[in-house]
Amino acid sequence: MIGLIASLIHGVLVGAVYGLAAMGLTLIWGVMNVINLTHGAMIVLGMFALYFLASALGLPPYGAVPVTIVIGFVVGVVVYWTAVHRVIGRGHLMSLLSTFAINMVLIGLGTALFSTSPYNVPVALPGITWREYTFTGAHVVAAALALLIAGLLYFLLHRTRIGKAIRAVADNREAAELNGIPTTQVLSFAFGLGAALAAVSGTLIATLFPFNVLSGGAYELKSFVVTVLGAMGNPAGALMGGVALGLIEGAATSFMPVSWTPVIEFALFVAVLILFPRGVFAFTRS
Amino acid sequence: MTVQELSPSVAEVAAQQPAEHRRAPLWRRPFMWLIVLVGLAFALLPAWSDNVQLRESLSLAAVYITLASSLNIMLGCGYVNFGNIVFFGLGGYICVYLVSERLWPLAAAALAAGVAVSLLALIFGMGILRLRGAFFALATIGVNEAVKAFVSNFEPWGGATGIYLSLDVYDPLGGPSQALWNVYFLIVAVMTASLFLSYAIKSSKFGLGLLAIGENEDAAAVLGVHTPRYKALAYSASALLPAIVGGLFFFKSGIIEPAGAFDLTGSIEAIVMVMLGGLGTVTGAALGAFLYEELRGVLLTTEAFSHFQLVIAGVLLLAIVLFAPGGLMGFIYRRWPRMRRLLE
Amino acid sequence: MTALLEVAGVSKRFGGVQAVRGLNLAVHDGEILGLIGPNGAGKSTVFNLINGVYPPDRGRIAFKGEDITGKPPYRIARHGIARAHQIVQPLANMTVLENCTVGACFGRANLPLARAQDAVREAAEIVGLADRLDQPAGQLTTAGKKRLELARALSARPELLLLDEVLAGLNPTEIERMIAVIRRIRDRGIAILIIEHVMRAIMRLSDRIVVLNLGGKLAEGTPRSVANNPEVIAAYLGAPEPAGQSADVSK
Repeated sequence: MIGLIASLIHGVLVGAVYGLAAMGLTLIWGVMNVINLTHGAMIVLGMFALYFLASALGLPPYGAVPVTIVIGFVVGVVVYWTAVHRVIGRGHLMSLLSTFAINMVLIGLGTALFSTSPYNVPVALPGITWREYTFTGAHVVAAALALLIAGLLYFLLHRTRIGKAIRAVADNREAAELNGIPTTQVLSFAFGLGAALAAVSGTLIATLFPFNVLSGGAYELKSFVVTVLGAMGNPAGALMGGVALGLIEGAATSFMPVSWTPVIEFALFVAVLILFPRGVFAFTRS
Repeated sequence: MTVQELSPSVAEVAAQQPAEHRRAPLWRRPFMWLIVLVGLAFALLPAWSDNVQLRESLSLAAVYITLASSLNIMLGCGYVNFGNIVFFGLGGYICVYLVSERLWPLAAAALAAGVAVSLLALIFGMGILRLRGAFFALATIGVNEAVKAFVSNFEPWGGATGIYLSLDVYDPLGGPSQALWNVYFLIVAVMTASLFLSYAIKSSKFGLGLLAIGENEDAAAVLGVHTPRYKALAYSASALLPAIVGGLFFFKSGIIEPAGAFDLTGSIEAIVMVMLGGLGTVTGAALGAFLYEELRGVLLTTEAFSHFQLVIAGVLLLAIVLFAPGGLMGFIYRRWPRMRRLLE
Repeated sequence: MTALLEVAGVSKRFGGVQAVRGLNLAVHDGEILGLIGPNGAGKSTVFNLINGVYPPDRGRIAFKGEDITGKPPYRIARHGIARAHQIVQPLANMTVLENCTVGACFGRANLPLARAQDAVREAAEIVGLADRLDQPAGQLTTAGKKRLELARALSARPELLLLDEVLAGLNPTEIERMIAVIRRIRDRGIAILIIEHVMRAIMRLSDRIVVLNLGGKLAEGTPRSVANNPEVIAAYLGAPEPAGQSADVSK
């Protein structure tokens, strides 16, 4: 029983990071009605960024966090102008394929450069001990940082001008354009922001688990599940969904081998979507 | 969602075509004979020259053409099946299992595999086809991964190591080397069937309904198209021939294991092939598959490029989506509008 | 005599808004029933409920005596109800002919592909699109697209046609043409339920009018009686047309 509770608490901590990752996805979806299939690659980008910044440049691991945000943002903007800008009006299929194509390129390059060997960034921090279970410092800090960044995102979206512009464009792009908002720049900013969130969540995940070039896919699936669980295009929903997923994972992994987790998550994803179509409708824009 | 938006040239050219053209019965249309010709060419060219290398190359091309033209059926109603390879792999497993463990004759096993997989697809499809757009696409990847995980743990099918076929399964077909020829002819037959099926659907009322769904699913429903049923049938139809050809392919290879049978890269490549050739056209799927397979063959032999297979496919896909969404056929139709009458 | 379409006690709520409350209305064979009301009165919602886009929370809808409450749109189309939308939804990359063929093959007529041509030509003839059958639908003018909505709906040979603001965005000449088309449709025995804001037109076309306000029926009767109803006038705060023309009931 205690073991289960420990798993659950552990799950909540990790779940906060999942929520952060999902925020990047839902932001882009909410603003421009595009499903960003480079999401997984962005997460991997964050993971490797941490590795190189920490080992090559000797940065303290958490110092890499702001750097990754910037890198993620820049890459996101580049991806927007390369693959997304031209296909925005052309229906879901095209943006799916174009972002997927970029994902293939990035992962392909990654595999060619780094092969599929696992990488690890050890983070030594004092943990919190409870009975015979320890919650490593890394987990606590990761969760705390995830919440902090989520809070910053909220602040950005609701208290700054650019945030207001983003929300206006998300609501009605034409009206925003008519009101003098440069919607294309706003869209590219929002995309960059979504990528940055994905990348920084990758960095945080890298402080917790070993990873390789192909890890992105699993976390991308988790982001989708979270998005569907949260059923809203807003940060709070994504965070709650992330924690919910973390809890479910925590409960599940005490009963079955970890390799089944993707199957469980996929089943959950499909089940939620089928049983709660409103979850999809809350997502679908007419 | 406008899938057909990428072939504006096709629509423009359709305007020049007399409406009565569509009423000629299937067997009298020139395109059907073109398909037969292609099938014969595939069968006879390597046979006459007894050229095993050519046979192998064409065999792979035929498999891809089958996958691509079946994929086209679903793509026509606007749903991208990223995980389409699952039909191929599952069909392969069922067929190989029936042949090696149950000692079924090949043709029956392959057919049974096809029927079983398309029935499963019908059932599964009814569930996941309620998802729109990217959710559906991702769900198909999930289906592939889930089936792969399941099969890896399924002992009767060899678990993670898979099934090895012993040489005596080839005896009923005249021994190993003769069997390879016979299986090849079967593969060519299936390829031809997939082109027929794709064309028949496209020219039918069913195909019109799918097209309407692809243009605007809600409008199609209001017009009376039974959208859930149509999508499920299309999904099921798109599973049949890949499953059969998967059975034949893995029988020929002599071995099947989870990683190879459910390889997502191959799945994605099928999509690239359809896009390359021209979405929504039968010729396009075939042409794209053939060209891509040749390209791939060349690249894989060059040491440097073999690492970059995914990258190249990705760049190609991106280029097509951004600059030539109509693919090769889109280009051809724009340049030579009269081809629209002959090809589909 | 049972009406062709009977809507009884129908209600629909969206979140905090009661869009339709306890609505009763009936459309009889061969009549044109006008549905008017200020913006937000619930008119389009009524159409969506009839044609199956979503089910009502309460109430019953019957067509030709058969209960169609909550059935999906494709079944309703098969029963014989067709709809021309307010926001046009052409199947843009298909030709006019193909668009109408979809209507003919999947609507009430349920024709096989080979025999759809006749129904399509007929519908295109009535609507005035016969000369543009091979044009891609996306390339039509707005007026053309509105006609396509009609032609597509007609190709199914429906018994009841739901017209949702088909005159919106048309200039006076186009409006006159459309009115003539609508009359021609009725002359073929098709009943019409029409939502419209162009008062002149709907008053001239309709045999009867139902006025909706805040989801409920405010008034019902002949165009003249409705036009002179003080509550209706109050709901609209005077003449609804910007030009200030009062409803011209004389044909």
